[in-house]
Amino acid sequence: MSGLNRIVIEPVTRVEGHGKVTILLDNAGRVQQTRLHIVEFRGFERFIQGRPYWEVPVLVQRLCGICPVSHHLAAAKAMDKVVGVDRLTATGEKMRRLMHYGQVLQSHALHFFHLVSPDLLFGFDADPAIRNVVGVAKDPRFSELAVHGVLLRKYGQEIILATAGKKIHGTGAIPGGINKCLSAEDQARFQADIDQMIGWSVDTLALCKQYTRSHMDELADFGSFPSNHLSIVRADGAMDLYDGLLRAIDAQGKVIFDKVEPEAYHEVIREEVRPWSYMKFPFIRALGPETGWYRVGPLARLNTCDFIDTPLAEAERQEFKALAGGRPVNVTMAYHWARLIEVLHCTEKIRDLLADPDIRGTDLVATGSRRPEGVGILEAPRGTLFHHYRVNDLDQVEMANLIVSTTNNNEPMNQAVHKVAMDYLDGKTLTEGVLNRIEVAIRAYDPCLSCATHALGRMPLVVERRDASGQIVDRIGR
Amino acid sequence: MSDTFRFTIDGVEVTGTPGQTILQAAEAAGIWIPRLCYLEGLVPGGACRVCTVKVQGRFQAACAFPAGPGLVVENDTEEIRELRKQVVEMLFVEGNHFCMFCEKSGNCELQALAYRLGIASPRYPYLFPVRQVDASHPDVFIDGNRCIQCGRCIRASRDVDGKGVFGFVERSRDTRVGVDARTGLGGTSLTLDDRAVTVCPVGAILKKRVGFAVPIGERLYDHRPIGTDLERRGA
Repeated sequence: MSGLNRIVIEPVTRVEGHGKVTILLDNAGRVQQTRLHIVEFRGFERFIQGRPYWEVPVLVQRLCGICPVSHHLAAAKAMDKVVGVDRLTATGEKMRRLMHYGQVLQSHALHFFHLVSPDLLFGFDADPAIRNVVGVAKDPRFSELAVHGVLLRKYGQEIILATAGKKIHGTGAIPGGINKCLSAEDQARFQADIDQMIGWSVDTLALCKQYTRSHMDELADFGSFPSNHLSIVRADGAMDLYDGLLRAIDAQGKVIFDKVEPEAYHEVIREEVRPWSYMKFPFIRALGPETGWYRVGPLARLNTCDFIDTPLAEAERQEFKALAGGRPVNVTMAYHWARLIEVLHCTEKIRDLLADPDIRGTDLVATGSRRPEGVGILEAPRGTLFHHYRVNDLDQVEMANLIVSTTNNNEPMNQAVHKVAMDYLDGKTLTEGVLNRIEVAIRAYDPCLSCATHALGRMPLVVERRDASGQIVDRIGR
Repeated sequence: MSDTFRFTIDGVEVTGTPGQTILQAAEAAGIWIPRLCYLEGLVPGGACRVCTVKVQGRFQAACAFPAGPGLVVENDTEEIRELRKQVVEMLFVEGNHFCMFCEKSGNCELQALAYRLGIASPRYPYLFPVRQVDASHPDVFIDGNRCIQCGRCIRASRDVDGKGVFGFVERSRDTRVGVDARTGLGGTSLTLDDRAVTVCPVGAILKKRVGFAVPIGERLYDHRPIGTDLERRGA
C-alpha cells in the first residue's frame, strides 16, 4: 500500500471553488481510500499582519465573493472587542443583523435554487445537459420556482446593498458599530416586498419537505453518518445567526460543551493539519481528532438550538426535529431542509427589523478602551465562522486566526464522500451518475468550493481511480 | 483690466493674469486639467506630469508653466489623453495599489483619475515593490505601498506647517518619501492638525481609526467624477 502516499495532489489553483476527489481502489476494485482535496491556498492570516485593525473587516471579506458579509461582520465583531466595545448601539447591532440576515437569505437562496434544485427536481442520474439551473428555468413545471429563487436572492442582495453600500464587498460595519442607518426609502421598499418573500420561503420549504419525505428511502442513508454538531446559540438557547455562545452536542444530542464564550473558543476547539489538504481539520479538544470532528451549518444549527424565536420557522423546526424523534438529525441530505427553514427564519427576522424604529437611528458607533485582542464568531451561511486577532499598541494586526465555516465541515465532507463511494462505487463501475452522487453529497454542505459552480456553471470535479500502486486506471472529469 | 491677457486652450479663448500658471488660468475658466501633485495653496511641484499639456507644440507641466499672452495650449486631445493614461498607469504599477480594501477608495484622486481617464487595468507589468508601513505615530498611519511620490506632504510640511517632517530619500527608482526621525513618524513633530496630514491624494498618509466611517455613496467621487465640480463652476 505504499502507493497510497503518492496520490497527494499538488494545488492546481489558489482560488476557492476547485475541488478534487481522489479514490483509491485495490486490484479487486474495492475502495481503499477517498479524499476530498480543497487545494486553495489563500494566506490571509499571514498577509494581514501589519495592517491597521480598522481595515481588517473590509480586507478579509475578500476571502469570498458569495458570503463576504460573514467575514466582514465576524472581523468587525472581533474589532469591536479590540476597541473595547462589548455592546453596540441599538442601531449598530440591528443594521448589522439586517445585513447578515440579507446575506444568509441570498446565499441560501443561491445555493438551493441555482445549485441544488436541479439534482432534486430532475434526479441524480438525469442528463447533465438539463440538470442545471437553466434546465430548471426552462422547464414549465419549475420556471416559477426559478423566478422566485432569483427574486429571493435579489431581495437579500438588495438588503446588503442598502446596509453595506455594495452588493458584494461593501463597507458598512466599522469597529464599534456601523457607518449608516437604513434610509426611509429603502425601509419602505423592503417592507413592501417582505410578505411576498416570506410566502415564497414557505412555498419552497414545502417543496423541499415534500421531496425529502417522498425520497426518504434513498436519502436517509445517502452520505449520512452520525456526528457531533456545533454552532453558537443565544444565551437562552434560541437559534441566533449573528451572536451567541458556543454549544456542541453529540450525535444523540448530549451536550459536549455549552455556553462557551467566543474568547474561549481555543479552549474547546483545536485544528489538525493533514499533509494532503490546505484546509485544516478542526476538532473538539476534549474528544481529540479521531472522534472530535463535528458538523456546522444549517443542519447543525437546527440540531443545537432549543428553539427559533420566529413563529413560522419555529413550527418548521419542530416538524424537522420530529424526523429523528426529537434527537439530532444526522441525515446529510436534510441540510437542504434545514437551510430552507433558515431562509424562512431570515425573512421573518428581516420583517421584524424593518419594523423596528432603531433601524433608522442615528447613534451608530459605540466607543471603549483599546484591548490587545478580539474574537468574533457568527453563524455564516455555511456554518460557524471564527475570527481571532491580536492588535499591537500601534494599531497593527499582529496575529490572525480564522476558522472558516467550510473548514469545520472538512472531515464531514470527506466522510460523506467516503460513504457515497462505498455505497455506489465499491466493486462497481465508475459512471457519471456516481460522479454526480459524490458531488451531491459534497454540495449538501454548500462548501465554498461550490463558488466555482457559480462562476463557471459547473464544478471542476475530477474523480480519479488509481490502483494500489498509484497508477491511474480511470478518470472522469467535468 | 489692462494687465490681463488672452490665450487659447484647445481653441477656446481664455483670460489669464500675470503670475498665473496655465493650470490656474484654465481653472478660472472652468477648464479642468488633470493633476495629482498639484494642490491649491502649495507651491507647484511639477512631479507627476499628469497635467502635461502642449504649449506651442511642446510638452509642458501645466501646473508649473506660466500662462502668457497668445499661447496656444492643447489640453484635451487624443495624444495628450493617451499620454496621461500612460503616466497614471505607471503610477499604479510602480506601487501596490489595492483599491478593494483601501480606505481611501472613493476619495482617492489616483483612483478617480483612473476612472475619469477610462483606465480598466494598466498595460504595464506590476512591479510589486517592497514598501514599508509606518504605524509608529499615535494618530497618523503611513502606508508606503500607496505612495506615488507626488511630494504634496513634503511641500505642505515645509511650506505650510514650517516643519519639514517629510522629504525624499534615496534616488531614481528607489526614491521614496522619508521622515525626519530614525524612529519613524512617531519620532517627528507631526501633529494631527498639520496640513501635511490631509494633503495626500492617495491612501498613503491616513488619520488613524477613522477609515470607512463614510459610507459608500457619500464619498467624494462616488457620484461626481473628478474634475466635474470645477467644470460645472465654469459652465
